[in-house]
Amino acid sequence: MRAKNGKVSTRAVIDRQDFQQLFDHLSAQGYQLVGPRLRDNAIVYDELSAVTDLPIGYVDEQEKGSYRLTKTAQPTLFGYGLGPQSWKKYLFPPVVRLWQAQRHNGGFDVIPEDHEPRLLALIGVRPCELKAIAIQDRVFMGGAYADPIYQAQREQLFIVAVNCGKAGATCFCTSMDAGPRAASGYDLALTEILEANRHIFLVDAGSEKGEAVLRTIPQRPATDLDIAAGERIIAQTAEQMGRVLDTNRIKEMLYANYEHARWDQVAARCLMCGNCTQVCPTCFCTTVEDVTDLSAATAERRRVWDTCFSLDFSYIVGGSVRASPKARYRQWMMHKLATWIDQFGSSGCVGCGRCITWCPVGIDITEEARAIRSDSEDKRFTPATGGRKHEHA
Amino acid sequence: MPESKKPKVAVWKFASCDGCQLSLLDCEDELLAIADAIEIAYFPEASSTVIKGPYDISLVEGSITTPHDAEHIHHVRRASKVLITIGACATAGGIQALRNFRDVRQMVAQVYASPAYIETLSKSTAIADHVFVDFELRGCPINKAQLVEIVSAYLHGRKPNIPRYSVCVECKRRGTPCVMVAEGALCLGPVTQAGCGALCPAYQRGCYGCFGPTETPNPRALSEHWKALGTSSDEIVRLYRTFNAFADAFRKESEAHEG
Ligand code: SF4
Ligand code: SF4
Ligand code: SF4
Ligand code: SF4
Repeated sequence: MRAKNGKVSTRAVIDRQDFQQLFDHLSAQGYQLVGPRLRDNAIVYDELSAVTDLPIGYVDEQEKGSYRLTKTAQPTLFGYGLGPQSWKKYLFPPVVRLWQAQRHNGGFDVIPEDHEPRLLALIGVRPCELKAIAIQDRVFMGGAYADPIYQAQREQLFIVAVNCGKAGATCFCTSMDAGPRAASGYDLALTEILEANRHIFLVDAGSEKGEAVLRTIPQRPATDLDIAAGERIIAQTAEQMGRVLDTNRIKEMLYANYEHARWDQVAARCLMCGNCTQVCPTCFCTTVEDVTDLSAATAERRRVWDTCFSLDFSYIVGGSVRASPKARYRQWMMHKLATWIDQFGSSGCVGCGRCITWCPVGIDITEEARAIRSDSEDKRFTPATGGRKHEHA
Repeated sequence: MPESKKPKVAVWKFASCDGCQLSLLDCEDELLAIADAIEIAYFPEASSTVIKGPYDISLVEGSITTPHDAEHIHHVRRASKVLITIGACATAGGIQALRNFRDVRQMVAQVYASPAYIETLSKSTAIADHVFVDFELRGCPINKAQLVEIVSAYLHGRKPNIPRYSVCVECKRRGTPCVMVAEGALCLGPVTQAGCGALCPAYQRGCYGCFGPTETPNPRALSEHWKALGTSSDEIVRLYRTFNAFADAFRKESEAHEG
């Protein structure tokens, strides 16, 4: 079988009881493992050392503005969906010092920053997140100037993807062609299969690195039955999408509705808190802060995550370009779903649903897009009937 | 550098708890650098030495609550090149502005044996309601890193890095799962200006609004959401009425929910 990236893909089966060996092998190769862990009342990404660090048995219930975890008796390692954090915190950290300057003989010396990347093994990367990483690759490395910090870290990753065994109520990856199956961009991709008498992982190697790792841990070739069991799980997940987004000519549709009344309505509900941008795995906006100490002997420049919901973000001489809340919400959604296509050749949304779940007041990007399309002034964009069975009003 | 060349900084106190001034004394790591860079010309909390004005920077703590204060703040303004207010009292009237929602004369009559001796204004108000303020540093109390930042920025004539966006941005940057979304806790973070580093959510509590309203707050939408979660009007009034009760956006929102 051939994966989309052209690499030969090997299909094997690892037993749950041998799964720790994957961790051990990666650690022995010098990788720091990072992946899902329970913290407070959510699943975040943090360092892992043993399989038992994973939130075993946890499942989540998500809706707009709401996330609840429960522990079940199931021994699943990956039975939950996405939490609030995305992998961008490793590739594109929230705060980075870019350089320092020190006063010296009437001038100053620039002290460059050493951004030593870490060998990181990302455990449990969901399909939509792989796509988000690919989108950020395009943003940070695909143009004339690559971001050296991102690029250096990007080259030091080992990616263990996990196909989704359950879609959340805010997921819509099928609409964005981003899941629930990992298509490319992984070293290993797992499908967790838990049946009455067995707990196994169906494994796909997506790279030579992945294949080499796979060879060193106890495994057996996958049978047709194993493969069919994995396929059933993914097909079932695809059927469970809690949300849908009609992407048909969505760019043109949004451009044609720049002054739609819905923008005012959503702006009245929007807190302009910026949570949606912080949780979005593709959002990449930053600001640069120059700081001096009291004596002005040293100065430093930092790059910090910003948000298009802040006034300073679009501040130029004379004021903020997007002063109204309407202009700011519209900027966010238009960028994700429309202008991103012109800018980078793809949508800026992978349908992970984080902005819906983690919006404190539950503003739903799919609902907003649907509302605009449904009474678009330009009738070419009115929605096709049918296919809206998952609608959450 | 000769003593006299250092910028002169004065620290003034009006109606307040002294907590913000203490943040200045609490800058242990920075105190040497501060002492090196500036001359503390007037700071009764720390020293009895008084060096005459004018002052390059005046840090003003506290709100205006008496006729005497209302006079005195003009004197401070005249003696200061730059006037920076520090803390919720100075920027929004503070916790003592809770009296602004009541009849103060009645309260005085109930509390004091000889109310005639009490000279007080009917409202506790922000410094900016009385004189021009160059910069308002928020917080109850202020964040000492922000204090050092604002003083450095003014000393060196650069833009201060004091964001006006929400606590949520800091909360996410810190990696804290949202307590409102994950627990249904009532959190003022989305309408409150950053500055504390999203302290309370990191300890699984909702934000209390210490840093006052954001640059463009939308408390109405937040209250609507709280109502949908089953929060009573009384509770909503109480949530907006703490340290920044008299900050415009919070005041209006609490008044809108008063029975
Ligand atoms: S816009 Fe929302 S659903 Fe789309 S990728 Fe970003 S967070 Fe996920
Ligand atoms: S959006 Fe799709 S790929 Fe992402 S978590 Fe949900 S089901 Fe999985
Ligand atoms: S859409 Fe939601 S998360 Fe985003 S800024 Fe508005 S209120 Fe905050
Ligand atoms: S916990 Fe509060 S401050 Fe943090 S993201 Fe949620 S609403 Fe915002």
